[in-house]
Amino acid sequence: MLTLQCPYCGVWAEETELHAEGEAHLKRFGPGSDDADFESYLFMRENPKGVHFERWRHSHGCGKFFHAARCTMTLKVFGTYPAQTLEPPQDIKDRISETYPGWTWRNFK
Amino acid sequence: MRRYSAFAIAREAARYHTGWERAWASPEPKKKYDVIIVGAGGHGLATAFYLGKNFGITNVAIIEKGWLGGGNTGRNTTIIRSNYLQDSSAAIYEKARSLYETMSQDLNYNVMFSPRGVMMLAQTEHEVRGYQRTAHANALQGVKTEFIGPERVKELCPIICIDGPRYPVLGALWQERGGTGRHDAVAWGYARACSDMGMDIIQKCEVVGVRSSGGKVVGVDTTKGPIDCDKLGLVVAGNSGALANMAGFRLPMESVALQALVSEPIKPCMDVVVMANTVHGYMSQSDKGEMVIGGGTDGFNNYTQRGSFHHIEETVRALVETFPIISRLKMLRQWGGIVDVTGDRSPVIGKTPLGNCFINAGWGTGGFKAIPGGGWATAELIAKGEPGPLAAEFGMERFIEGRFIDESVAAGVAH
Ligand SMILES: Cc1cc2nc3c(=O)[nH]c(=O)nc-3n(C[C@H](O)[C@H](O)[C@H](O)COP(=O)(O)OP(=O)(O)OC[C@H]3O[C@@H](n4cnc5c(N)ncnc54)[C@H](O)[C@@H]3O)c2cc1C
Repeated sequence: MLTLQCPYCGVWAEETELHAEGEAHLKRFGPGSDDADFESYLFMRENPKGVHFERWRHSHGCGKFFHAARCTMTLKVFGTYPAQTLEPPQDIKDRISETYPGWTWRNFK
Repeated sequence: MRRYSAFAIAREAARYHTGWERAWASPEPKKKYDVIIVGAGGHGLATAFYLGKNFGITNVAIIEKGWLGGGNTGRNTTIIRSNYLQDSSAAIYEKARSLYETMSQDLNYNVMFSPRGVMMLAQTEHEVRGYQRTAHANALQGVKTEFIGPERVKELCPIICIDGPRYPVLGALWQERGGTGRHDAVAWGYARACSDMGMDIIQKCEVVGVRSSGGKVVGVDTTKGPIDCDKLGLVVAGNSGALANMAGFRLPMESVALQALVSEPIKPCMDVVVMANTVHGYMSQSDKGEMVIGGGTDGFNNYTQRGSFHHIEETVRALVETFPIISRLKMLRQWGGIVDVTGDRSPVIGKTPLGNCFINAGWGTGGFKAIPGGGWATAELIAKGEPGPLAAEFGMERFIEGRFIDESVAAGVAH
């Protein structure tokens, strides 16, 4: 079973205690933006085979939203981090580079 | 191709079965084809088949990274139905269902289509209203379904507990000509027919790159070297994101694991397919006697082809409540497949940003039933370069235009 550590309350939670909330770091577009941006924000999801950045919610625990970096092929977790950030922390990026040298995801590398 | 028949069985019996041919050839790839289809699942093979049959295009290669039918086509629970809500879905799924009716004869291959009837239980007031609405929509679309009451449910499937404590059965949407088929045989039957038309099915050959120039595809790079083509069809279900990435465009899809399990075989006890969407589970009995059970999808993207453990418990719990007699059954096998889910839970059949590259994907949790229809529509799209009436609504543009084909009945657990 997938387990993630909640970066807020510190609990190691099993996936049944959590709720997956989709892709992290989405850039939001609203009324007035052009069609392509709006479509991309609403529907065009990253769907990588490899490292992925996601939002999770510790729904049956402290209730907080947080972010996780995870490999979609092996379920290996590279780390979790608070949601109040626009970019994953450097130590998580470094850990990903150990497994996937030269990885990219949207604008991150 | 030597045809299969009762006479052929007798002939081979008389000569110790020495005369059976291989069902399909396993050639080395040529340098170039008119059309390359990536993915030898049901949709890829059906696309190739109808390219040959309906449009006479036979210089075709179907490239498969594993073995043919080893993706979702060989992993699904084989439910075939066409009781969808929206007109464009009903049209393509009903086309597919009707092609299933004669597929064994058309392909000279027994696909064991069994129109045993599919029942979708209504266990809340909302479901009752929803399914009554679908039944009315189906009547207008010319798809024969009806909304039946709990007594009829019990009559058709006596092992259902209709007055369960949590969610009593209030009725069901019943499609008499829905049912099941033999999933492997569908892939094998199309493969044999494609091979017979002179197409090359190239297994154990992974596409690792898509070469393009000036907005057009010129060929693919594979583990068996580069192969050129005039047109390319991407039909790789859960791997669509990976292929789109190679081709340099994005898709409105995410890949998740969906799982299924089968029990030990028991005596015949149900001769219909039952889907219980509120409690999240569905079940039918295979010809071998196993109960075939489908579960839920993972909530997060992954390519693991196994799925999360807790879904097994949730699914079995729901089904034990619906069918108390299965409470002591042992489960024999469990497996997962990677399904490609779109925002509106409907597939994508259409053009891509690369002019001569087409895609059939996004069937998510329910594309086995659609194989002949999806193949038919995709062949037309590839042959003519424009979608025909069946595929017209399913292009990716619908996401930018806000023209969704909302199929709640195709989501989550319902197949
Ligand atoms: C557990 C489960 C239960 C299901 N139950 C039902 C059901 O009851 N009814 C129903 O209608 N549908 C059901 N489905 C959905 C159905 O199985 C799929 O929608 C359908 O089989 C998709 O067919 P396909 O040909 O598009 O994909 P697939 O059969 O997955 O074929 C795609 C092929 O592409 C190949 N491929 C991928 N990447 C590459 C590459 N780079 N190079 C070469 N080849 C590649 C794969 O190996 C694969 O063989 C279920 C699915 C699952 C997983």
